[in-house]
Amino acid sequence: MAEALQKVPTGIHGFDEVTGGGLPKGRVSLVAGSAGSGKTVFAMSFLVNGAEQYGEPGLFVSFEESSEDLEVNFASQGFDLQALEEQGLVELDHIRIERSEMEETGEYDLEGLFVRLGAEIDAIGAKRVVLDTIEVLFSAFNDEVIIRAEIKRLFRWLADRGVTAIVTGESGQGEITRHGLEEYVADFVVVLNHLVSDETATRRLRIVKYRGSAHGTNEYSFLIDEKGVSVLPISSLGLRHSAPTRRVSWGIDALDEMFGGEGVYQGSSVLISGTAGTGKSTIAAGFVDAACRRGEKALYFAFEESPQQIVRNMRSVGIDLQRWLDSGLLRIHAERPQNAGLEMHLVRMNREVDEFGPSVAVVDPITNLTSIGTYSTIRGMLTRMIDALKSREVTTVFTSLTSGNERLETTDVGVSSLMDTWLLVRNLEVDGRRTRGVYVLKSRGTAHSNEVREFRLSADGIELAESVPAARAFGSGMGQTV
Amino acid sequence: MNEDAGGPNGPGPGEVWKLKLYIAGQTPRSVAALRNLRRIAEDHLCGRYQVEVIDLLENPQLAKGDQILAVPTLVKDLPLPVRKIIGDLSNTEKVLVGLDLRPA
Repeated sequence: MAEALQKVPTGIHGFDEVTGGGLPKGRVSLVAGSAGSGKTVFAMSFLVNGAEQYGEPGLFVSFEESSEDLEVNFASQGFDLQALEEQGLVELDHIRIERSEMEETGEYDLEGLFVRLGAEIDAIGAKRVVLDTIEVLFSAFNDEVIIRAEIKRLFRWLADRGVTAIVTGESGQGEITRHGLEEYVADFVVVLNHLVSDETATRRLRIVKYRGSAHGTNEYSFLIDEKGVSVLPISSLGLRHSAPTRRVSWGIDALDEMFGGEGVYQGSSVLISGTAGTGKSTIAAGFVDAACRRGEKALYFAFEESPQQIVRNMRSVGIDLQRWLDSGLLRIHAERPQNAGLEMHLVRMNREVDEFGPSVAVVDPITNLTSIGTYSTIRGMLTRMIDALKSREVTTVFTSLTSGNERLETTDVGVSSLMDTWLLVRNLEVDGRRTRGVYVLKSRGTAHSNEVREFRLSADGIELAESVPAARAFGSGMGQTV
Repeated sequence: MNEDAGGPNGPGPGEVWKLKLYIAGQTPRSVAALRNLRRIAEDHLCGRYQVEVIDLLENPQLAKGDQILAVPTLVKDLPLPVRKIIGDLSNTEKVLVGLDLRPA
């Protein structure tokens, strides 16, 4: 009976989910991509994670960069290669080939390379091996027939030794690799891409081949930063999340009352929209504050203000976020939308959620993302974000700025259908006085009020007044009654 | 001794060729390489050479120092510059070029 394919986890965030467990155990996998696509980082992550997380020693053979260069370059990635080498968990070897000082005459093979690798594998008991990039052999030697035969033999030899290996290869014109390495790799081929459009970089990977294993065929976004490589698993989500019945309080009794006295469902997505200065962020901050008071973790994605600015502004309305930051219950992830492409934001947000494990989250505001994407791409991103959050039962509040010249009950990015609950805040004139009003436009699966409630912000926090009689209220600047 | 024994680029007075031949086990190829090397050296180096044969199967750690990937590999350490000649050394002309006994 055929043995089921065993897999070796890479420890790369998201990648093991996408591949259903990692790379094929005891086989050679190919990581292909153009220069700068992240092949070396990917391969090194596999090796370092193996050593650090799974106790599997690894050998990294570089045909290009010296061991010293690798150590320096990967220090910025947070990998302490030197320490791992000292512990005998990682071995770096630089194979340098000087084409100019070589002459070829007659038959030869690459047994010298085999002997060298064999000795190094034995020295640390390596379970993982990276060859970056073996293609250098094609330019080092004249006899391509010999090199092809030897590479084929090398891959078989590595498999016979029971190590799980990654070989990297440079993409060629219309080919997976320039020298057709994919022909010798039977089990697993992944292609990395690095696209720059509108001055923002997007990295994607695609699994071209995974013999004997189901795998997603989509392109997945991935990210390389100081925390290593992260892949955003998308196809594994969808409309399969559970529907918790637990309710989450707004932290404002009067607002909870508008939702049958209980607040919104845990894991639901909530939109707060309104024109500038209507208090969207304040309601969101109040929501965060309430979660922290309950001892739950909250994650705040800020696309407009710095953490210090948010803390200061909220203090002026009696919400002290600093203490939650200090106690570690609140994390604010502040970033300019322009710092990265939508995909990269999504990967980062996804990873933050995974790492921090919040029970509530805020994205403030989603409308700022329009500077880096079209409505349809933002909508796509938010769909994926919401799927990811729902699958983790994170209740999330999104704020959206409505510009004055648009109908209030539309959102700039057209995402209302993605939301379970939609709260609208607006300026009102009541008895000739300007104030703010809030109402629930929709809330799936919960009884909710149809009143417009006036709300006030003071140094004591958010306060909701009694409902505003329609006859007395006029929408500010809109020339329409509520 | 005939001064022209090594051809126009033969060894000068006092020069000694220091050579290393890397092999991996006694394969037909490594035997052929050693045989070819001895013949060429006798014909062109007039006894003024030293050959060290290094079997990587016995001393795997030595592959690293000279960056030996292919076997057989002949390394000419002296006279400088260092040169590597890969293969069974069956093409005498190419070996002579590699040993700097013939202009390339």
